[in-house]
Amino acid sequence: MSDKPKVAFYWCASCGGCEETVVDLNEDVLKVVGAVDIVLWPVALDFKRKDIEAMADGEIAVSFINGAVRLSEQEDWVKLLRQKSGLVVAFGSCAHLGGIPGLGNVTTRELIFQRKYIAVPTVDNPAQVFPTVAVTADGHELELPSFYDTVKTLDQTIPVDYYLPGCPPPSDLVWNAVAAILEGKLPEKGSVLAPNKALCDTCSRNQTKPEKLAIKEFQRVATGTPDPEECFLARGYICLGPATRSGCGERCISANMPCRGCFGPPDGVVDQGAKMLSAIASIIDSSDAQEIEGIVNTIADPLGTFYRFALPSSLLGRTRIGG
Amino acid sequence: MSEGSFEPRIIGFLCRWCSYPGADLAGTSRIKYPPNMIPIRVMCSGRVDPAFVIKALADGADGVLIAGCHPPSDCHYQSGNIKAMRRYPLLLKTLEQFGVEKERVRLEWISASESGKFAQVVKEMRETIKQLGPLKWGKGAGE
Repeated sequence: MSDKPKVAFYWCASCGGCEETVVDLNEDVLKVVGAVDIVLWPVALDFKRKDIEAMADGEIAVSFINGAVRLSEQEDWVKLLRQKSGLVVAFGSCAHLGGIPGLGNVTTRELIFQRKYIAVPTVDNPAQVFPTVAVTADGHELELPSFYDTVKTLDQTIPVDYYLPGCPPPSDLVWNAVAAILEGKLPEKGSVLAPNKALCDTCSRNQTKPEKLAIKEFQRVATGTPDPEECFLARGYICLGPATRSGCGERCISANMPCRGCFGPPDGVVDQGAKMLSAIASIIDSSDAQEIEGIVNTIADPLGTFYRFALPSSLLGRTRIGG
Repeated sequence: MSEGSFEPRIIGFLCRWCSYPGADLAGTSRIKYPPNMIPIRVMCSGRVDPAFVIKALADGADGVLIAGCHPPSDCHYQSGNIKAMRRYPLLLKTLEQFGVEKERVRLEWISASESGKFAQVVKEMRETIKQLGPLKWGKGAGE
């Protein structure tokens, strides 16, 4: 092995889009490969757990970990990588905030299993077989990871040094982060490696935002088509721009889709959903309690809308179990 | 803890101009009411960020009272109470999706002279939340 810094990529509960963004570095990925030794990358290269276990503590310069933590196996892996790594970067919305898999926190393991292994129309499971952590088949002991009730963010599982936000993080931010690590020019630990402004600040549609937003009825992109140039909120399309960090390159906005909040809130905001709730409520155009309630009822799913990417990292974290 | 001995912990965000003086008057008038509510004085009910309410519930409160000046025009800042009025139904709707009963969070307009109303609201909240039982967020919510 050369004396180049060692880098690991790992994935937990995620879709694979974050891996794609590494590949999207295009020619720059060759610069990365030239500058570092990749010691783990399950999606692309064949390394085993024992290879990592054999390393000295802190031997890996930096581990980029994407995905939320939902299984015991994921928890074991990230704890191992934490021990072997100098730096751990939470890569992408799921590791950073919980992400889309984090919406699993509106339900429980039992309900997910009921749905997945019994209720789904394409499943035929008369014996009601569910996955278990240990099973004996033909005299062999087989093990499966256990499945948690609650999806956790990476920093609810292990200490995290830096965060790269986004679903997935845009290549320019990834490249900036890699360059900063290679040059040793990193900001304070715990930083999110992205600008610290609200998306509205940099949004190309900001000029079209009226002086005062006033909404009588909220709209959905499922049932209407927003104007391709106007501020989404001006017509009541819920856009998470006011409560979301900028730096994403406004890919959704350019595709005429309001911001979904994948970058999480700017620094200092503890609960992205609560902030967004507050922003949306303030543009309701009524001073009559009953009318306000009617307008609020045009928002179909406030929890899923305001906490789409940040439920596990929010103050409440999940819906209530039992009661 | 048995149901009978459960005493709800209620956080009260009381506006500095109407509801907090209302609560103060309840004290100086020697009106008796249950000691379950911990008052927090805020400048205006419009200052109550939904995150304050959510944090109170996440950190162990069984209920939250937000109290401010009567709409439409009692607010010292003209429209702070209207802002609270707009946030409240959306906050309740979201909290219900989280599994928090809407009776746990109450918005009331209490003027500086309505000490009796203040005492009555605290009494009612205590009774309602006693019926609902402890919220136990953190302990009871996840794993």
